[in-house]
Amino acid sequence: MNTPADDNLHLLTGAYVLEAVDDPDEHAAFEAHLTGCRTCEEETAGFGAALARLGATGTLPPPPELRARILARLPYEHQAPPAPPPSPSRRAAAPPAPTRRRTPSRRWPRLALAASLTAATTLGALTVQQHEQAQHERATAEQLRDRQAAFGELLTAPDARVTTTAGPGGHGTGTVVWSASRNQAGFLAAGLPTPGPGRVYELWLDRAGTLAPAGLLPDGDGALLLTAPLDGAHAVGVTEEPAGGSDHPTTQPVLALQLGRTRTA
Amino acid sequence: MSSVVFLHGRPEPPPDLKPVMARVSQGDHQAFADLYDAVAGPVFGLVRRVLRDEAQSEEVMQDVMLQVWRGAAHYDPGRGDVMPWVMTIAHRRAVDRVRYCRAAADRDRAAVAGTQETPFDDVAERAETHLDHQQVRHCLRGLTDLQRESVLLAYYQGLSYREVAERLHAPLGTVKTRMRDALIRLRDCLGVGS
Repeated sequence: MNTPADDNLHLLTGAYVLEAVDDPDEHAAFEAHLTGCRTCEEETAGFGAALARLGATGTLPPPPELRARILARLPYEHQAPPAPPPSPSRRAAAPPAPTRRRTPSRRWPRLALAASLTAATTLGALTVQQHEQAQHERATAEQLRDRQAAFGELLTAPDARVTTTAGPGGHGTGTVVWSASRNQAGFLAAGLPTPGPGRVYELWLDRAGTLAPAGLLPDGDGALLLTAPLDGAHAVGVTEEPAGGSDHPTTQPVLALQLGRTRTA
Repeated sequence: MSSVVFLHGRPEPPPDLKPVMARVSQGDHQAFADLYDAVAGPVFGLVRRVLRDEAQSEEVMQDVMLQVWRGAAHYDPGRGDVMPWVMTIAHRRAVDRVRYCRAAADRDRAAVAGTQETPFDDVAERAETHLDHQQVRHCLRGLTDLQRESVLLAYYQGLSYREVAERLHAPLGTVKTRMRDALIRLRDCLGVGS
């Protein structure tokens, strides 16, 4: 037996599938109603199918490089585990939005980073390269279209700073660009050794010994804006991790860049 | 307007993407590439039409496709085809983005009402001329003006039903029911009911 309120909610099926119910309370009330309303479920599924047909009439081929960019991301995107058998009440046309991977900050033994920084400094590997090097790195970054704008933005920050260090065994370089005012950092890799099969480089922001995962790099060349805010971090570390990344470093850093040795970009 | 005339022959039946989707949920990159090739045109077309801005459309397109990849296991083949599932995600993402941008624009230019909005007639016109699918066009024509306008404004401009009601100077309850009536008619006309 439907109550008048239910009848009223039932009329929302169309607006709901059109994403036209923008009042959060009303939206929640409808979804609660949907959970127990088989008719509504069938209706929303059918409406979804009809709208998909409407939406598909405006077919437009996306730029080819977008395909390559998206496919290149797959190894770094965690897939949801197979779902348990769906309850009969789950709606069909509008699946629950999968959540993005959220990795909590973890403690990384402060000593490990400190030791590696010391070693790097002692061995003279923590080399600040010439300005041209940074320019070259910027050119590399610019080839990566999806990161170009944001990266360029960062480089134009009045307080943008750059530090570069040689890769393991002197192979290649890693460069960090950061801006305190933007609270953001970027990383450029040039000629670093390719990570082992099924492995990637993962970046970490060291905030007083707390290591925050800050992005993944598929190989020894590339650029990315760190995915975590700077928030006063004093170093950036790079480790090799299994594809998809880790929540905390599982290997010794191949690179560690201290953000104190600054040079205005 | 009693029958549908297909000028270029009957449309090809869509490929069955369910087996492809099953492989995608197992982490099969090649299957995802196949899925991408099958859905990219419609998805990008929809996102681009809602957002209009090329750069933003590419960003949202990437979000959508990666969400499809990450959430492939949530797709339930018993509850409908792959295409509606993907298009639902795409539409939701595009609408979220367009609303976000509109809110930002409203904050920036509080009092300049309507400047960034395309007049409705133009939208209706664009929608009609760009609808290249004979059957969908035919079915849209079968709606009343208010039904069609309500659906198109919400779907392509990301307007809430309240905003649609304001735009069309129609009572809220009327718009709500017209949207539902319109989709019932569209569904039945397109023969996509479950």
